[in-house]
Amino acid sequence: MAEVHAEMVANVWKIVVSEGDVVDEGDTLVILESMKMEIPVLTEDAGTVTKLQVKEGDVVQEGDLIAVID
Amino acid sequence: MLDSVLIANRGEIARRIIRTVRGMGLRAVAVHSEADADLPFVREADDAVLLGPANPAQSYLDIDKVLQAARTTGARAVHPGYGFLAENAAFARAVIDAGLVWIGPDPEAVERMGDKINARNLMEAAGVPVAAGTREPVSDLAQAERAAKEIGYPVMVKASGGGGGIGMGVARDDDSLAKAFEQACRAAARFGGEPAILLERYVERARHVEVQILGLADGTVVALGERDCSVQRRHQKVVEESPSPGVTPELRERMLAAAVRAGEAVAYRGAGTVECLVDADAQDFVFLEMNTRLQVEHPVTELVTGLDLVEHQIRIAAGEVYSVEPRSSGHAIEFRVYAEDPRRFLPGPGKIGVWEEPEGEGVRVDSGYTAGNTVTPFYDPLMAKLCVAGATREEALERGRAAVAAFRVEGPKHNLPFCAELLDHPEFVSGDYDTGLVSRMRKS
Repeated sequence: MAEVHAEMVANVWKIVVSEGDVVDEGDTLVILESMKMEIPVLTEDAGTVTKLQVKEGDVVQEGDLIAVID
Repeated sequence: MLDSVLIANRGEIARRIIRTVRGMGLRAVAVHSEADADLPFVREADDAVLLGPANPAQSYLDIDKVLQAARTTGARAVHPGYGFLAENAAFARAVIDAGLVWIGPDPEAVERMGDKINARNLMEAAGVPVAAGTREPVSDLAQAERAAKEIGYPVMVKASGGGGGIGMGVARDDDSLAKAFEQACRAAARFGGEPAILLERYVERARHVEVQILGLADGTVVALGERDCSVQRRHQKVVEESPSPGVTPELRERMLAAAVRAGEAVAYRGAGTVECLVDADAQDFVFLEMNTRLQVEHPVTELVTGLDLVEHQIRIAAGEVYSVEPRSSGHAIEFRVYAEDPRRFLPGPGKIGVWEEPEGEGVRVDSGYTAGNTVTPFYDPLMAKLCVAGATREEALERGRAAVAAFRVEGPKHNLPFCAELLDHPEFVSGDYDTGLVSRMRKS
């Protein structure tokens, strides 16, 4: 099991995957937006998205949980 | 009578404009979002109006709210700064229709230059060199592939209505073209623009050099020298200098003359910038785009010419007729102090604990923040511009090193360590660098 966290304060601009999706290493899970920049959040592990903690429009703080990959 | 100016912007540029407005004996009116209520520009204005929430669409981009603020405060003129509504022709018209003085070029010039495809065609007709590229908007991938074949790879793909490097991408083959095309379309849609895409021949190892022009009230256009903006990450500028170390006097003369023609072609009034790509080996250049507003990096021109560009913008907008004799001496460099990590350049907003600006001969700091402020994720990451000037480039570099070392910022991540690294990098120090410099620095 691997947790994916936010690296910075940001708005959740776009959700790319859904819970239950199978992802590969390097796939984009969500796209954050901070300071006029799009920041794709990638998974470093292959597996299934078992939990998606954010939705579009949310504000995340540095370290907040974004998703769990199993 | 122009006795007061509303500044429709935020951060460092609002503060810098307020300084000149008040220095001219005029009343400065700030507008701001809830997130910016504690910033210095709000405090330093004579009057400040809360526009709305942090989201720019509900504050800095809301034309009705900005005009309402002008009415309630009795402001007589509007300065848009850069970004936000600065290149929005509809806003310029709304300001004029409200009976206020618009501190910028005619809305028509804003419109004609804002569409990059139109601007390219217009410049070509005016005898300004342009790169091989599309003359009509490209709207689908098949069309883009055909155009790329005709122009020849590599090509730069960009949204015709976009700006600030957002959505721009280089394509080296059909595969990367598909990606770059999709990215440009997304940027175009997101910033509310038409889905019109432009393809242009991409010049490898080019320098990004721009010419500052000033269109005077009597219709003459003068060129105030160039700025080299080749230190870029993600196609966005980080460091700028004037004069450009990669431009010979002969090339400078040709570029300045072309910039004047560009301004005259749209009957330009006020401060504007003609951006070019320079092939330093061939000592040749092509037109890139024209920015119909004050530029972020205008201080380097102010430092070498001794002119206050904001003051000239205001005097020209007020209809004052006078001439300007372009003169410059010495060398100036600007470092953009961004709230971002110095390795990957990812945003790093946060609360500022320590903020100590450097001082000294030849040092100018235009900042938007101070200790106790919070840099929020809602706006661009520019916290301050550290500018240095010297009699020679060597002296400016030396002052830059001392000033970067003396600038203390704690809290948000920041790129001052990158600036220090750059100031010791052989390519930058030699002056022989191009737009690929930052990515080369980060490859190792």
